[in-house]
Amino acid sequence: MAKKKTIRTIPQERTPMREQPAAERVKNFTEVACGYSPDDALREAERCLLCPEQPCVAGCPVGIDIPGFIRKLGQKDFRGAYDVLTDTNLLPAICGRVCPQENQCEGVCIVGETLEPVAIGRLERWVGDQAIAEGWASIPYIEPAPYRIGIVGSGPAGVACAADMAKAGCDVTVYEAFHLPGGVLRYGIPDFRLPNEVIDAEIGRLEKLGVKFECNTLVGRLFTIEQMVDELGFHAVFVGTGAGYPTMLGIPGDSLNGVLSANELLTRCNLMRAKEFPDYDTPLPLGQRVAVVGAGNTAMDAMRVCKRLGAEKVYCIYRRSRTEAPARAEEVHHAEEEGIEFHWLTAPAAILDDGKGGVRGMRCIRMELGEPDASGRRRPVPVPGSEHDFETDLVVFAIGTNANPIMGQTSTLRLNKRGYIETDAELATSVAGVYAGGDIVTGAATVIEAMGAGRKAARSMKAYLGIRDSDQPYVIDGRGSGNRMFGIDPQERNFARIRIA
Amino acid sequence: MSNFEIVAREDFSDVTYLLEVRHPLMAKAARPGQFVIVMSHPHGERIPLTIADFDRAKGTITLVIQAVGKTTKEMQQSCVVGSSLYGVTGPMGIPSHIGKVKKVACVGGGLGVAPIFPHARAFKDNGAYVIGIVGFRTKELMFWEDKFRACCDQFIVCTDDGSAGIKGNVTAGIKKALRDHPDIDEFVAIGPPIMMKGCAEATRAHKIKTMVSLNPLMVDGTGMCGGCRVKIGGEVKFACVDGPDFDGHQVDFDDLMTRLRRFTEQERTAVERWSENCRMTNPLQTLKTRIPATTEEAEFPDPFDEVRGG
Repeated sequence: MAKKKTIRTIPQERTPMREQPAAERVKNFTEVACGYSPDDALREAERCLLCPEQPCVAGCPVGIDIPGFIRKLGQKDFRGAYDVLTDTNLLPAICGRVCPQENQCEGVCIVGETLEPVAIGRLERWVGDQAIAEGWASIPYIEPAPYRIGIVGSGPAGVACAADMAKAGCDVTVYEAFHLPGGVLRYGIPDFRLPNEVIDAEIGRLEKLGVKFECNTLVGRLFTIEQMVDELGFHAVFVGTGAGYPTMLGIPGDSLNGVLSANELLTRCNLMRAKEFPDYDTPLPLGQRVAVVGAGNTAMDAMRVCKRLGAEKVYCIYRRSRTEAPARAEEVHHAEEEGIEFHWLTAPAAILDDGKGGVRGMRCIRMELGEPDASGRRRPVPVPGSEHDFETDLVVFAIGTNANPIMGQTSTLRLNKRGYIETDAELATSVAGVYAGGDIVTGAATVIEAMGAGRKAARSMKAYLGIRDSDQPYVIDGRGSGNRMFGIDPQERNFARIRIA
Repeated sequence: MSNFEIVAREDFSDVTYLLEVRHPLMAKAARPGQFVIVMSHPHGERIPLTIADFDRAKGTITLVIQAVGKTTKEMQQSCVVGSSLYGVTGPMGIPSHIGKVKKVACVGGGLGVAPIFPHARAFKDNGAYVIGIVGFRTKELMFWEDKFRACCDQFIVCTDDGSAGIKGNVTAGIKKALRDHPDIDEFVAIGPPIMMKGCAEATRAHKIKTMVSLNPLMVDGTGMCGGCRVKIGGEVKFACVDGPDFDGHQVDFDDLMTRLRRFTEQERTAVERWSENCRMTNPLQTLKTRIPATTEEAEFPDPFDEVRGG
């Protein structure tokens, strides 16, 4: 065995990833980060200490065996690395690109305590890309199970659940309302961050597992969740419809024609390919001076899209400071490189109209940070008398989304006060056999968290259907049914003595 | 789901055509007031169209389309019987509430005539006295008179040039209905925004409930883009999931009409480019005389190809 690695013996510098130069990339929609070369990947894999503590595994929402895949990678067993990854994460090429690793695996990496953490996300992406290029697909032996599973929504939660149920031998159908599968991966994340070919490849892999995708199907309206269980013969249903209902700011002028949600901008541009108008028929609102309100990943995407569509100036308007910005560090960094002007501690007060239904400018007010609020972030407080106007002709709101109302309107699923689906800890909803997960349960979160929820729901669905799950070995712990009499816990001690007369 | 076959087609005029599309599940699910999003080909845009009729036995839905924008003109040429649409999604929107009312007036203007038909039929089935009021520019553009007469107790036709029925727009018909029947419980109006606005104004003084079906621009139709937001009594609503039916007396129609002009320029570019690229080969062009646009249309260059029913 090779000599044990220590923090002193590993390559000290994190291997940089090639990127398109900022001046170049603002003119195209090709991917910004070009990925590692095989040598880069091997060198970076070398930096992992393979420590016994494995904090990264706990830091990952789906618990990927990170040291396991990096070990295989280091041994140049690339296929092996891919198999380890796909044991827990079916979409490595996607997660490697879009996960906020600095808050997850990389944030707790032991190497990161002294040096820069191991670039786990970049390695994951490299392995995922390798698999797409080589056409690898981990298709295990699947023991058929006599169950039909319906999945509502083909976003990250839905596909993760679909994959697990397909591996459990079920006949899985995924319904998608749009004409192409992928959900937020397809309509929300721009090509320069997640190319469509990557989504196609990952969806293609699910099809190889036997998952069927039915697009153009609006569940709830075309048929209801209850009908899926009662009439369409699904033994269990998973709802992963996401939280896509965009929030508008509710300030004067927000119904003007130059004001739109980031969702609309991104959907037009990514899914409908409006950037190629008029070769594609969907038009796109163009602005010379674009103001994007918000500083999350969606806001960064919207700003960078506008820049690529030819806007002269793109402003980011955010009422807190850079420290509180919810976007991935890399995205803020990329946006800055591309010449986005950041106006931290600035809140919009009104959108000014040009007299023709369009936008002439925006009135803003400066903020300062006060005491921490419920989210733990310092609350922004307006500075009196700091109103100021600036010129803009397009305003994009990227200030968050709410629960999509269609499920609530069309089913008996119990919702919480904010319109999200209520589930128990096992993600079961109020309707027997129906499970839910992802943004429609938790509110807007990340791709990997949604995938985690999809997998968790799959575990519950397997238990519900009585499919043996090798990840959950049977343990007699006093709570298992083995100790129960007729399914009643003996500890309940509520058997009434019956006197026979 | 894919390959939505066109099983029948009818041309009402050189701009208005009907497509009957096979979609058995949708035919089962559709209710009056709902709409679909259609994509004619993979490079196409998603256009909302109100479901004008549905036949559960045949498993088809009917769309009535006016060729005014690039997509609808292109579809006029390409959608022949036997061909298929790339995408048809729906039925979208909250179905209209067909209440137990005694007397109801169903008002349809222009292309709104087709989508008002399921309302008239549903109210009739519910036992109401149904007054149908429809408006066209001229007699030649009229369609579905027989279908309406079959389910309306009174049927009022209005034409701009007086070539059939009352001379004038549907507001004239509404006034007649109000004169003849002081006891109308409810109005339902579908048509161009200006017509629905006129209808809401005509009934406001009488304090009669007036439901209108709004037709803003949309992308997804599932409550995701917010492009279809409308102002209802000062509140912002999304027509696709909160509507499309709203109380006509609460709707800010001027805001709706402004928002419909969002992409006028791009739409013009698209139509120009398209007509240059492929000269119209539609034989109907030569068969029927071109009907001149009314001032109404010139005044409101609505991007009709993204407009349902309007």
